[in-house]
Amino acid sequence: MAERGRSGGLSAWFARHGETAVASLGRLARQPLSTLLTVLVIAITLALPAGLHLGVKNAGRLSGGWEGAVDFSVYLQTGTGESDARRLAAIIESRADVERVEFISAADALDDFKAGSGFGDALDALDDNPLPHTLVVRPAVAGNDALIELLREELVNLPETDLVQLDTAWVQRFNAALDLIRQVILISAVLLAAAVVIVIGNTIRLDIQNRRDEIVVTKLIGASAGFIRRPFLYAGLWYGIGGGLLALALVGVSLWLTADGVARLAGLYGSGFRLSGLDWRESLIVLGTGAFLGWFGSWFAAARHMRRIEPR
Amino acid sequence: MIHLENITRRYGSHDALQRLTLDVDAGEMVFVTGHSGAGKSTLLKLIALIERPTRGRIVVNNQDLAKIGRRRIPGYRRDIGMVFQDHKLLFDRNVFDNVALPLIITGTGTREIGRRVRAALDQVGLLRREKQMPETLSSGEQQRVGIARAIVGRPTLLIADEPTGNLDPELSLEIMRLFERFNDVGVTLMIASHDLHLIGGMGRRRIVLDNGMLAGEAGDEEPDGPVWVKETPAGG
Repeated sequence: MAERGRSGGLSAWFARHGETAVASLGRLARQPLSTLLTVLVIAITLALPAGLHLGVKNAGRLSGGWEGAVDFSVYLQTGTGESDARRLAAIIESRADVERVEFISAADALDDFKAGSGFGDALDALDDNPLPHTLVVRPAVAGNDALIELLREELVNLPETDLVQLDTAWVQRFNAALDLIRQVILISAVLLAAAVVIVIGNTIRLDIQNRRDEIVVTKLIGASAGFIRRPFLYAGLWYGIGGGLLALALVGVSLWLTADGVARLAGLYGSGFRLSGLDWRESLIVLGTGAFLGWFGSWFAAARHMRRIEPR
Repeated sequence: MIHLENITRRYGSHDALQRLTLDVDAGEMVFVTGHSGAGKSTLLKLIALIERPTRGRIVVNNQDLAKIGRRRIPGYRRDIGMVFQDHKLLFDRNVFDNVALPLIITGTGTREIGRRVRAALDQVGLLRREKQMPETLSSGEQQRVGIARAIVGRPTLLIADEPTGNLDPELSLEIMRLFERFNDVGVTLMIASHDLHLIGGMGRRRIVLDNGMLAGEAGDEEPDGPVWVKETPAGG
């Protein structure tokens, strides 16, 4: 741009930006109450989807902890010998998508059944053991429905297999519910992002109107649209970053407030489950989203309202 | 430097300027005068590209203003110094920062800004006031800050709309002497003023407007003589 070319060069250009950024921050600091209110609105708006996301993330971890529920019971053909069955168990266990395989021989199963069912005497009357050898297969890919389904198909297709049972219905329902909630969060996040843009846009619009005279004067002196817009863009950026930081604090405090309750509940279930917070990547996303929305909101307001302010 | 050709500026059904043709050479110092509503301000606004003519052609510094689009207006204005009746200073910053504004806009380096702002303040005699806020200055001093801001970018053309409108005769003359010094170093000046007594004593070319039309010109051949103004029975 011509602005940059004249005599100062790039370092002067950076210096100007730095000065504008600091000046914008100073201007916000001089009106602490209204700045705080705006930042708080943005923070709450950002904290809502971030907190919901955290809830779903923890629920997902919880269902991951119930991976036992997705064990397969593979009942082998009754004619299969025990050594063949054990060899098959070893082969399946060596698969990458299998965590471990538990072998339950037909004899063990019968003993268990005798002990547990109360039909011991009736069963003693049988010549042959009617129960098959059973492999209990635990997938190493808990949570990934597609891979689990693939594994199930391959187990079904083994020549030794008679029947494969997998009680995943409730896990699938749970995961489907989580997926739905994720979608709802996504939609609400988009709407809330629009709210942030509107809040910041409106704040910047008022700011532009309050500084109307200044804008007129700088236009008369030959300031480009970009130069006039710059302090407002930085103000929007600061609002967004401030809102993002406060949102992270809000989420952190909420987490701290609920931590005891979660621990007590988990303890009653005999679980050591603890809520996990936002990791640094997620925190960065909240901050970055705030910064971007702040910048975009003010850019939008500036583009709309600054054009109308012309010297008369 | 300034060339106007058949300029008409119409507001609704009222012509603020009618078929005005005039030339100002580089290095000239001319006054535009006439009663209020005669079109002085409109003329300056057209030159500053604050407004566009309804008809006619304006060429300033070899640039046809009709060819300067919205985006190029800022660049055009940076080459022109403008002085306003109400100074148009920014009251949230001190004298130095006000004068520095045109240089900040052009991205001038910090050291160069300091040097040139002080040179401009020195020229208007306010070197020791750079830290003061505008509202602590007198009206005449505020106007001189406005003038320092207009010249800090070293324009070749300076236009002033009633620069002494709010000042007493003594301060007004002081401002005019300041303008003369700029003219001495080659700056072209166009100054709108209704203060006939003041500009009559300056011995410069006077362009007299009446109802948007060129009513007459008085040159420097009669420095202290009366300026001919066509009397019109009340009108806008």
